[in-house]
Amino acid sequence: MNTQVEIAGVTFQNPVMTASGTFGSGMEYAQFVDLNRLGAVVTKGVANVPWPGNPTPRVAEVYGGMLNAIGLQNPGIDVFLERDIPFLKKYDTRIIVNVCGKTVEDYVEVVERLSHEEAVSMLEINVSCPNVKEGAIAFGQRADALFQITQKIKRHARQPVIMKLSPNVTDITEMARAAEAAGADALSLINTITGMKIDIHKRRFAIANKTGGMSGPAIKPIAVRMVYQTARAVRIPVIGMGGIATAEDAIEFLLAGASAVSIGAMNFVNPYTTLEVIQGIEEYMEKYHVEKVTDLIGAVGE
Amino acid sequence: MKQKQSTTVLSQQEIAPGIFDMWIRTGLAAQAVPGQFIGVYPRDKSTLLPRPISICEADRGRGALRIVYRIAGAGTEEFSHYRQGDSIEILGTLGNGFPLEAAKGKRAFLMGGGIGIPPMLELAKCLEAECKTIIVGYRDSRTFLRDDLERYGKVYLATEDGSVGTRGNVMDAIAEGALEADVIYACGPMPMLRAVKVYAQEKGIPAYISLEEHMACGVGACLGCVVKTREVDHHSHVHNARICTDGPVFEAGEVQI
Repeated sequence: MNTQVEIAGVTFQNPVMTASGTFGSGMEYAQFVDLNRLGAVVTKGVANVPWPGNPTPRVAEVYGGMLNAIGLQNPGIDVFLERDIPFLKKYDTRIIVNVCGKTVEDYVEVVERLSHEEAVSMLEINVSCPNVKEGAIAFGQRADALFQITQKIKRHARQPVIMKLSPNVTDITEMARAAEAAGADALSLINTITGMKIDIHKRRFAIANKTGGMSGPAIKPIAVRMVYQTARAVRIPVIGMGGIATAEDAIEFLLAGASAVSIGAMNFVNPYTTLEVIQGIEEYMEKYHVEKVTDLIGAVGE
Repeated sequence: MKQKQSTTVLSQQEIAPGIFDMWIRTGLAAQAVPGQFIGVYPRDKSTLLPRPISICEADRGRGALRIVYRIAGAGTEEFSHYRQGDSIEILGTLGNGFPLEAAKGKRAFLMGGGIGIPPMLELAKCLEAECKTIIVGYRDSRTFLRDDLERYGKVYLATEDGSVGTRGNVMDAIAEGALEADVIYACGPMPMLRAVKVYAQEKGIPAYISLEEHMACGVGACLGCVVKTREVDHHSHVHNARICTDGPVFEAGEVQI
């Protein structure tokens, strides 16, 4: 059985990745998960300088999921290159670096700093974080802004570029087409869905930022729908994510048209989720006599 | 080594209204350090995240951990119904724990407020100090864990309603007893920890305080449970430390609370 997938010329040993921001740079989960077995580690977003992130509380549980407003706290590209990349390089897995910024120049700076890192297979551009006031989401909710930033990043990037899309838009296919037209090599979706929770006993917002991004199993049907729509709207590959907890969930995304999948919030719940999903996909392939995992991509019957 | 395991409940009882005392069978007891915590998973999958609960006692010989927790929401409500033999999923052991060496040859305060009292029991058991003064604050006369604590040091009580011990809080108990120490270990509500920090600074003594924050992963990945730090943190490279992994115990002067 062949579990390999290819995205923008990069091959992955299997289609299971980690969703940015839920796996650090792999260090915290390396004691639970053999990183060598993952299709790719997608790192926590990194900016040109360290970001302190938002005040606490930053996380809250909601029915079947959670809200977060971390605010892209990160140590900045210098530390990332000195510490996180050398750590990840020790493993036989692909490295995809998630890039965030407040201005186009910030993004470009990080993209350029990463351009000589042979170990970095792809870049994922975060234009969809709902929890920071400047940058990020501002580029991801208007098709013209997304087109422009994608084009500028593509001009400077050595590695293939994945644009990570926000579900907090009227029509995600419009955004997907804009990114594709600007030269994006792949798309990943969905980022979190903006939500809110109020503590009725304290009469206060459960999250200091008031709003947070919702993730977890409760958002999966929305994500599957958006991946399906997007995969049909563009020719570039789509990496699907949003509430994946099991192999069955992951297979739904593949059938909906995703070329690979990412595990996000469920890492927090069960640190072994990625490995269980990989194993479960193999069992499914065996059961249904699927020779190549790529045979599953977009294979939902019309 | 942190592990997620499925294990069993050895016993459970309610020791004060809404406060439960549970023993869990687990080999993780062997590695438990006072001040560490475990994540406990509800079975109801609408409540996904592990609940961080401090370790009250570790029985290394029997391979068991004791947790004493308060019902604070749906997850802990579910736990409160567990009975002997029920399965329970846990993640542990988490966090750094109290620095025991800081009390060698010194007079130590072990201060607990409310549901911050449980970790003081394992600390009282393990701490080697010249003198252990245990100061605990309760709402009323339901002074849970008091008998256990009395086995390991002199216990001073404070109650909000004045029904037992000093009327007021743990700081009032220190004042009333004219108590003195060279080092403080504390866990409790934020106003108490702030008062402990101020007191320690005035006395010029170190205070190791255990903090609490909403957290998701418990292992340092999600960056949900940070506390502002005086210095730039070695991991984050900003003034944020992770309570779940860099803490939950911090020297009070290091954190902005």
